[in-house]
Amino acid sequence: MTAWARKDLLGIAELRPEEILEILDTAATMKEISTREIKKVPVLRGKTVVNLFFESSTRTRVSFEIAEKRLSADSVNVSASGSSVSKGETLLDTARNLEAMRPDILVLRHASPGTPHLLAARLACSVINAGDGAHEHPTQALLDAFTIRERLGRIEGLAVGIFGDIAHSRVARSNILALSKLGARVIVGGPPTMIPPGIEALGAEVVSSLEEMLPRLDALVMLRIQLERQGGRLFPTAREYSALFGLNRERLRAARPELVIMHPGPVNRGLEIAPEVADGPHSLILDQVTNGVAVRMAVLYLLSGAHRVTSAADAIGGAA
Amino acid sequence: MQAKAEILDETGVRRALVRIAHEILERNQGLADLVLVGLRSRGDHIARRLAASLREIEGTAVPVGAMDVTLYRDDLAHARHWPQVQRTEIPFSIEGRTVVLVDDVLFTGRSVRAALDSLMDFGRPRSIQLAVLIDRGHRELPIRADYVGKNVPTARREDVRVLLRETDGADRVVIAEKAAGR
Repeated sequence: MTAWARKDLLGIAELRPEEILEILDTAATMKEISTREIKKVPVLRGKTVVNLFFESSTRTRVSFEIAEKRLSADSVNVSASGSSVSKGETLLDTARNLEAMRPDILVLRHASPGTPHLLAARLACSVINAGDGAHEHPTQALLDAFTIRERLGRIEGLAVGIFGDIAHSRVARSNILALSKLGARVIVGGPPTMIPPGIEALGAEVVSSLEEMLPRLDALVMLRIQLERQGGRLFPTAREYSALFGLNRERLRAARPELVIMHPGPVNRGLEIAPEVADGPHSLILDQVTNGVAVRMAVLYLLSGAHRVTSAADAIGGAA
Repeated sequence: MQAKAEILDETGVRRALVRIAHEILERNQGLADLVLVGLRSRGDHIARRLAASLREIEGTAVPVGAMDVTLYRDDLAHARHWPQVQRTEIPFSIEGRTVVLVDDVLFTGRSVRAALDSLMDFGRPRSIQLAVLIDRGHRELPIRADYVGKNVPTARREDVRVLLRETDGADRVVIAEKAAGR
């Protein structure tokens, strides 16, 4: 039986290492389903999942939606534009109205940190955080950990680098937490304007250049420069960023031959990562996308089983 | 778990499986297009042993797959504990073949029902047969086994435990009283 008992997945911060491993182990079994000709199992038949996205997203939303469909859940997509949010309804009212239609799981992306936590405390349905501002993006961190473990066989004892705009990255925060909890040594780096003060408190070592971390790393997560958010303020020009901090073939020479490179996407080709590196033999970028579906299937499955009526009939399993 | 009685010992398990292997051969007149799929977490080991027996008798290797039916169960909603999912591995096509499903204990028939549904998602086999080490009765669905190691009349409150070398260190089948509260 599973040890999972949480109603919601809000962040990596509150998860115990065993819970993270349980998700990764479950994801490993879910992955096979996506390789079948009929990529669907009936386990969430009759469950309704609402994907409520207040920020644009293609990869994460599609990944959740595919995961939901592969488990036979009925899913509904709501995006902020074109919904009642643009008519002035408060978040809580939107959520309460959605809940009145009895969904089982709400997948939420919102620009404000803590929004999923706020809703989770007020709604009976499960809430999955699909990214809340610069706070957390737990399923991304889980799929990154899954991808590293799948390729390198373990996480404990590895040195994993995270490079780029650490300050504005929920991916960095969730990854630092997840990887440290699983026993990796996390080294973060980026231009000084992008390193938040106090990040060491999360358990990460800080360096200021790729050159400093590359030779030591088993795995490297290159973060996306979010041009639409703060580009132009934290560094002078894209060309300068690329020249000083971009991951290219030249810099990669200092890396170990077995280094794996990941990127949460979408990739700014030629900015934080050179095309030949993104498409090169070290890159696991597309494996991450494949694994994202398996990890989200695992989370949906585990959450569906968590808050059940415990007085129900006999436990199943054993000889039946 | 309090073991009340031993139904089969190591020799008993071995003999039952060898007999089933012979019956599979006889019924299908050989091993052409035959595959075995064991239900986790004991049926997969039994399937591998049947395959080893078949190989000894006929000199032919039969493909063996393993299946976890958790995601196809109809009783999940009533489960007190959400079961851990194990890997399904059927690395061959079942299209047009004879599939022998293998499980340790046939009880309500609900696992087999789930396995049949799951198999259909992997393709359209020519036929499906069912082999079990123990049939303990109390069926809730119209399902019967084609090959049975041993029929064991039981009470519902009893538990039949198949213990295998691979998972439990030794081959044994015992009847036990269910733990209180289960």
